Amino acid sequence: MSTENPAAAQPDPTELLRGPQPDKHGVGDAIRSWWNGLARPMQWLFGVPVIALIAILPVWRPPILDTPGTDFGGVMAQFAMYALIAIGLNVVVGQAGLLDLGYVGFYAVGAYTVALLTSPNSPWNKMTESGFFSEDWAWLSCLPIAVAITAFTGLILGTPTLRLRGDYLAIVTLGFGEIVRLLADNLTDVTNGGQGLSQIAYPHLGETEDKPYGVFSAGNTGGNLNSGVWWFWVGMVMVIIALLLVGNLERSRVGRAWVAIREDEDAAEIMGVPTFKFKLWAFTIGASIGGLSGALYAGQVQFINPTGFNVINSMLFLCAVVIGGQGNKLGVIVGAFIIVYLPNRAMSIEIGGQSLGDYKYLFFGLALVVLMIFRPQGLFPARQKLLAYGRQIYQAVRRPSDAPGTGPAPSGATTEVGG
Amino acid sequence: MTAGPGAGDAMFDNEDMAANLAPEVDVPTAGVVDVAAIDPALVDPEAVAEAVAPQREIETAEGQALLKTEGLTVRFGGLVALDDVSFEIRRGEILGLIGPNGAGKTTCFNAITGVYKPSAGRVMFDGEPLAKTKRNEITRLGIARTFQNIRLFGEMTALENVVVGTDARHRTSVPGAIFRTRRHRREERDAVARGMALLEFVGIAPRAVEKAKNLSYGDQRRLEIARALATEPKLLCLDEPAAGFNPSEKSALMDLIRKIRDDGFTVLLIEHDMRLVMGVTDRIVVLEFGKKIADDLPAAIRENPAVIAAYLGVPDDAIA
Repeated sequence: MSTENPAAAQPDPTELLRGPQPDKHGVGDAIRSWWNGLARPMQWLFGVPVIALIAILPVWRPPILDTPGTDFGGVMAQFAMYALIAIGLNVVVGQAGLLDLGYVGFYAVGAYTVALLTSPNSPWNKMTESGFFSEDWAWLSCLPIAVAITAFTGLILGTPTLRLRGDYLAIVTLGFGEIVRLLADNLTDVTNGGQGLSQIAYPHLGETEDKPYGVFSAGNTGGNLNSGVWWFWVGMVMVIIALLLVGNLERSRVGRAWVAIREDEDAAEIMGVPTFKFKLWAFTIGASIGGLSGALYAGQVQFINPTGFNVINSMLFLCAVVIGGQGNKLGVIVGAFIIVYLPNRAMSIEIGGQSLGDYKYLFFGLALVVLMIFRPQGLFPARQKLLAYGRQIYQAVRRPSDAPGTGPAPSGATTEVGG
Repeated sequence: MTAGPGAGDAMFDNEDMAANLAPEVDVPTAGVVDVAAIDPALVDPEAVAEAVAPQREIETAEGQALLKTEGLTVRFGGLVALDDVSFEIRRGEILGLIGPNGAGKTTCFNAITGVYKPSAGRVMFDGEPLAKTKRNEITRLGIARTFQNIRLFGEMTALENVVVGTDARHRTSVPGAIFRTRRHRREERDAVARGMALLEFVGIAPRAVEKAKNLSYGDQRRLEIARALATEPKLLCLDEPAAGFNPSEKSALMDLIRKIRDDGFTVLLIEHDMRLVMGVTDRIVVLEFGKKIADDLPAAIRENPAVIAAYLGVPDDAIA
């Protein structure tokens, strides 16, 4: 490929015989090994300030990060939602290896659940004067309902389709995503069709003189502490909860079953893994996290219509997972940040009468192609920990004092080949 | 699939291995695990053997039939891969299943472990027919296997691979894992302890944190055996475990198979290498063209004219 490198110019005949290739080591690995080397209290000492720093970013708005074309708080809120989506999709695609191209369908189901229950345009509006569905509490009450309904949707979709594998599953899920959008578009009696549902409920907190509808209202646009920032904080809390729960799953029988299914489904089944059951769980958990994100979205923008749930969004979500590194739950959050932030950052730059941000599909397409050539495992490749009590094992690891790569030679191989 | 080039490939046969033509695997090592630092008990082979087979004291009915095939037949379209094969595997023995290439050994194996559904006949395990049981449930019943072409979970470490095997006996599902219930924590602790014991048992405990795909070929074969043993099987089926081994590795493998049997497991062994089969098995079943042609003690098999004819062919003058 590269002609500058003399070593690469002449193909090495032993290259084919090499067998397993070494894993590429990058920034992610350096951070990971540093982090794992810390004791628990030290991890807290570093982790909490980092989280706090991320939380105050949209209030502080450092000039290098600020998005001139659009409100940075709103961008960060969108980032939190995409981060949730990336975590959910990562369970399905990254961990269990089930290619889901219709993930936006679950996002839509979550958003529409909240909208249908609280919008005045909806025939199923359940808003009441007081109680759980009062103006103040309706959004929060809808949250578990939205999660439950999307989880159920995932179960319904998964039960027949998870008998399929690979490409076939991808096509069926692609169809599902479209079906949900088309239903939203065409069931005009229920969903108000293309006109969408407006005045969706949101938490009415912090109502003051100058913010009559509370800090979460879309009307709260002024200053550095606008509604976007507040929604970002809500989203961040959910991201952290989702990370903890998904992390618990990863280091358990469930996470191991997912990775085993991804690696070799037949072998996993023969080793006693109930593959169908755990695939269904992955699908359901992924769906419910997607639904949660959709509910967040509905609350933030307080208006939804079907165009927000185009199938191209599924591709963007998948792009976030692939760029970040499939299987790495922190990596995919970085992927989500890239997907959300870069187009918004480039919004104010105009090329040929078009905002550069509108070219995002072009650039992400290119980025994916380049990534697949040079770093197919994503920016932050997964190095999953699949054991709840693996720490004691890793503490007993003795590394050879010399450079890596000169460890004990595998038995039966003493001849130096290649080089 | 994930084992990379070499595993079970024709390119890597015994001669290559013996001539040290095996590729240098130039992978940064994940480090060597200090086994004694994790659990000092793992230094004692007795304790390891005890941890590997916790239920071995219960296996008392030695010599009774554990698995029985009755008229087992497998057809692929018009091809009869396995034709009316009946034999039994007795508790506590090592049964060899041999035959020339294409004799139906692996098909028989797959029919027993539920990969293929028999076209006719049935498999009785522990007195129960296996007919409608799912593959993962067959593992839970107590049949574990290894693969002719190594099929480890390459991205997992050696220990994690083994723990997947122990998970076959675990009950924790999603709710238990999310809320980290007491049962989940107990199972996880047991899994790590037992996993390390199993790795020590097959002799690769220091490599516990290495990704399976980065292990050497011989270690991958051992890991497959450890993973199968982790499911606490009554019957362990080994599909050509010595493929691609040099003579010294083969004799080490024979020792390991004997050690497994002595630990209370019943072993079904498919193998090409006659010396290994004759050296380690208690009884041998010979297949040819899908039919059983002999079922006897190793010494008798060696003298059996039908077996000799199957392996060496029949001289022209003998046919008339």
